[in-house]
Amino acid sequence: MTNATPAPKKKHRFWSMERKQSAAGWAFLTPATLMIFVFSFYPMVQAFLTSLKRGMPTALTYCDPLWRNYQRMLSDKVFVQSVSNTLTYLIIQVPIMLVLAVIFATLLNNKDLKFRGLFRTCIFLPCATGLVAYSMIFRTLFTYDGMVNAVLTNIGILSEPINWLNDPFYAKFVIIVGLVWRWTGYNMIFYLSGMQSIDYSIYEAARIDGANQFRQLINITIPLLKPIILVTAIMSTNGTLQLFDESVNLTRGGPANMTITMSHYIYNTMFTKNPNFGYAAAMSFVILIMVAVLSAIQTKVGDKR
Amino acid sequence: MREGALSKKVSRFCMYAFLIVASFISVFPLYWAFISSCNNTQQILGGRMIPSTHLMENLTNLFAQQDVWRAMKNSFATTLLQVVLSLAVSSIAGYGFEIYHDKYKDRVMGILMLAMMVPFVAVLVPLFQMFSKAGLLNSWVGFFLPSLATPFLIMYFRNSARTFPKDTIEAARIDGLNEFQIFIKMFIPMMKPTYAAAATITFMNAWNSYLWPKVIMQTPDATTMPMLVSNLMGGYVIDYGVVMAGVTLCSLPTVIIFFILQKSFTNGVAGAVK
Repeated sequence: MTNATPAPKKKHRFWSMERKQSAAGWAFLTPATLMIFVFSFYPMVQAFLTSLKRGMPTALTYCDPLWRNYQRMLSDKVFVQSVSNTLTYLIIQVPIMLVLAVIFATLLNNKDLKFRGLFRTCIFLPCATGLVAYSMIFRTLFTYDGMVNAVLTNIGILSEPINWLNDPFYAKFVIIVGLVWRWTGYNMIFYLSGMQSIDYSIYEAARIDGANQFRQLINITIPLLKPIILVTAIMSTNGTLQLFDESVNLTRGGPANMTITMSHYIYNTMFTKNPNFGYAAAMSFVILIMVAVLSAIQTKVGDKR
Repeated sequence: MREGALSKKVSRFCMYAFLIVASFISVFPLYWAFISSCNNTQQILGGRMIPSTHLMENLTNLFAQQDVWRAMKNSFATTLLQVVLSLAVSSIAGYGFEIYHDKYKDRVMGILMLAMMVPFVAVLVPLFQMFSKAGLLNSWVGFFLPSLATPFLIMYFRNSARTFPKDTIEAARIDGLNEFQIFIKMFIPMMKPTYAAAATITFMNAWNSYLWPKVIMQTPDATTMPMLVSNLMGGYVIDYGVVMAGVTLCSLPTVIIFFILQKSFTNGVAGAVK
């Protein structure tokens, strides 16, 4: 049988439906993409170039040797101290905070818990405070003649008040306490959200098999939450490495730079009587490398297990 | 059986005790800050836990010491602008990446995600030089421009665009709406909780922003609330009543927004997590 009408040919227009739609999509994402390139990627390149220069901000010239700023960092006692401080915060505060967040999330994930919403709101409330605000509050609480000392000496835990903010050890302690207070609720919310998608029947089956709460946590919850734990770990690491507000407002860099963070020191280098943008850029590039390396390590570890 | 019941009761008690202590510790500093703004310095240092009558006195001193109105105005203006513009730019980008996705767009998205790794400090110096040259120091635009497009928000909106039904889009196209109209008239109204959560996060971040404003705002005219509060601890003799009044004032907007949008915020984070 002959088929009189041939199959209709597809119209060859450049602006087909798909093309138009795809073009619209590109148009939609361009402003944001452009901004990220201009304000994140391009400055990174600039930062690297600036880190090879020296001189006043308006008259930067390349160093001789090129990596002079980087050499200087190694013998700069304050820089080394700031790195040590920042890493101390990272290693101590982040694990404590994440463990607490998991514990709270587990406890609050229990449908039978009374006042569940109230507890959740309370523990999450610190996240509504600004970093400057809570740094000031903690600074006021922990001053030598402040409330914490008053309460602790009255109860009898302390025989004499601790000079929190002027002691290299205790000043760091106050910062860590502040960070845990401020950010545990934030991570807890992430874990709670993740737990919503874990089927309750898995826990039921485990309980029938005789697993108690603790075993359930270790063998069910944590493995299932692994991606989220990884995300929060990376975000927390990122955030702690860039710590600034607390160092400036809570301890002012601490007694003799004993609590100063890398970002704080970089800021000081940029805005003093003799600003040294090249050196500041070099230090900030080092932070970038640290963040990248630690994120890569954490991602690898997270994926392997 | 009785033993089992007893140990269960004990563990339940411990659990509630633990949560009560944690909640108390979480709330106490804020409560104490608010109470302290009503007290004077001696009472604060003495550990007084209930409000006294010095609120007006502290507020008066605060307004006398610093230009609070200007800081409030700057903070509100820059924050609101940042929220509106950031949501506009990021949501449409997330929508574009998801609804029209092809492998090229996905690749671009992958590159953008790398930007999340860039610590702000690393770009601080070049950004400052850039804005300096462009004459944008001390300006509202300079304040919020770098933070308008964040990979986090783009990813967040892209995830929520996944739940936007394709049938709705098709039907709208048949009805003659162009792509942009579909976004404005259909996507935005449908995704109100998402926008609410994103608005909350952005508001809090913008309001509490400290490092970048400190860098770019060089004149006292251009100060923001966090910077103002930070300056309160500057002198040798600190009036803690004034400091706490400032802290409370600075925290009030974010705490209020937090309580209003709390529900949608926790739901919104759930969306981002998925």
